[in-house]
Amino acid sequence: MYTLPTMDFLDKTWAIVVKDVAAEWHTREIVSAMLVFAVLSLLVFSFALDLRGATARAAAPGVLWATVAFAGTLGLSRSLVREQQTGCIDGLLLAPVDRTAIFFGKALGNFFFIVIVEAILLPLFAGLFNVPLLRPEVLLVTLLGTVGYAAVGTLLAAMAVNTRAREVLLPVLLLPLAFPVLIAAVQTIGALLEGGTLAEAGGWLRLIVVYDLVIVAVATLTFGYILEE
Amino acid sequence: MNRYRDIPGLILALASAAAILTALGMVFLYAPREATMGDVQRIFYFHVSSAWVGFFAFFVTFLAGILYLIRGERRWDILALSSVEVGLTFITMAVITGSLWARPVWGTYWTWEPRLTISAVQLLIYIAYGMLRRAVEGPERQARFAAVYGIVAFVTVPLSWFAIRWWRTIHPEILSGGDMALTPRMVQTLMVSLGAFTLLYATLLRQRIRLERFADALALLKR
Repeated sequence: MYTLPTMDFLDKTWAIVVKDVAAEWHTREIVSAMLVFAVLSLLVFSFALDLRGATARAAAPGVLWATVAFAGTLGLSRSLVREQQTGCIDGLLLAPVDRTAIFFGKALGNFFFIVIVEAILLPLFAGLFNVPLLRPEVLLVTLLGTVGYAAVGTLLAAMAVNTRAREVLLPVLLLPLAFPVLIAAVQTIGALLEGGTLAEAGGWLRLIVVYDLVIVAVATLTFGYILEE
Repeated sequence: MNRYRDIPGLILALASAAAILTALGMVFLYAPREATMGDVQRIFYFHVSSAWVGFFAFFVTFLAGILYLIRGERRWDILALSSVEVGLTFITMAVITGSLWARPVWGTYWTWEPRLTISAVQLLIYIAYGMLRRAVEGPERQARFAAVYGIVAFVTVPLSWFAIRWWRTIHPEILSGGDMALTPRMVQTLMVSLGAFTLLYATLLRQRIRLERFADALALLKR
């Protein structure tokens, strides 16, 4: 039997990530849309909550994660809609690639896009509202939280783009399932901003890690059922 | 054989009617008046029972989702969707009775009490489940997507529970730990209520499954 030159799992996953990043590099539509939306949402929060001084510091974790969550839904659905409009998903399904590799590739790509937005959002927030967010612990929590969010978001976005309601449905499906990671990330960053250490917020951090592991495991197991056509 | 006559269903319905009446009687006549909260505490028996049935129903959907993905049989999908609909009824009841109870006891219709909050989160999740089902074209794909969502959703529930619990540790004294001292009569009443509501769940689930089967049969005839 003829076999294609074998790529191992990681190569295939990586190839999908590279493809997504290359496509994004040409159009820049996902990251730029998320970014502009994120900045707008910061302004909205700033007007709504009058973010200054102590208020800004107290509201920072919540505002930050609410912004990431909303901007994230935008990027996640765009990333999978594009996959469908260009017919790329059909190509991926025809290719001798494990469905799990498709999931990991897409989730990793989405993770990258959200992290890029966060990488701009955090310094911006820190500068605009004078909140010391640029600490390694805060960055670690943000990254860990994004892992779970991107994983569950990729799974649900793959589902949402195959429905009649498309983009409208994703936030409705995603947000209630993201509550644990949202609460935990906000609480951890809040504790850090109040001068706590990562060890003191250990319970919350563990919850984020457990969420990441559980979601990645379940999404890996079920993603194939969404693509099957 | 007359497929429209459902003897076990009838027996089940009569049994749950009797059980609900017994539970009602026990709640109002047998269980003692709670010392601090008074008669309003009697809502507790039905509140806890409907919350329990709601959680159980979503667990059934979770299991049915797994079985559907493995076997691909329509009956597991019917079970999953029926259990969500019945579960939604009960969880809505739990949220409403919870806030009715909160009003006289805590002076507000809504507190972010962990158990109440997690019920509300579940309510939203399974409303989303219903929206997903309606938005998907094709019965087979609908079943597949719903199964996946039912599984992922249920898996996040315990995590949400921990998150909400830690987030709201300022738990009102009445409910935390074993502070509401339950007398043996109260425990017996609670057990009977739990049993009665579980029976009612079984009855409603059975009828909802039958309804879906008839709808399938009708769709087949129309074709």
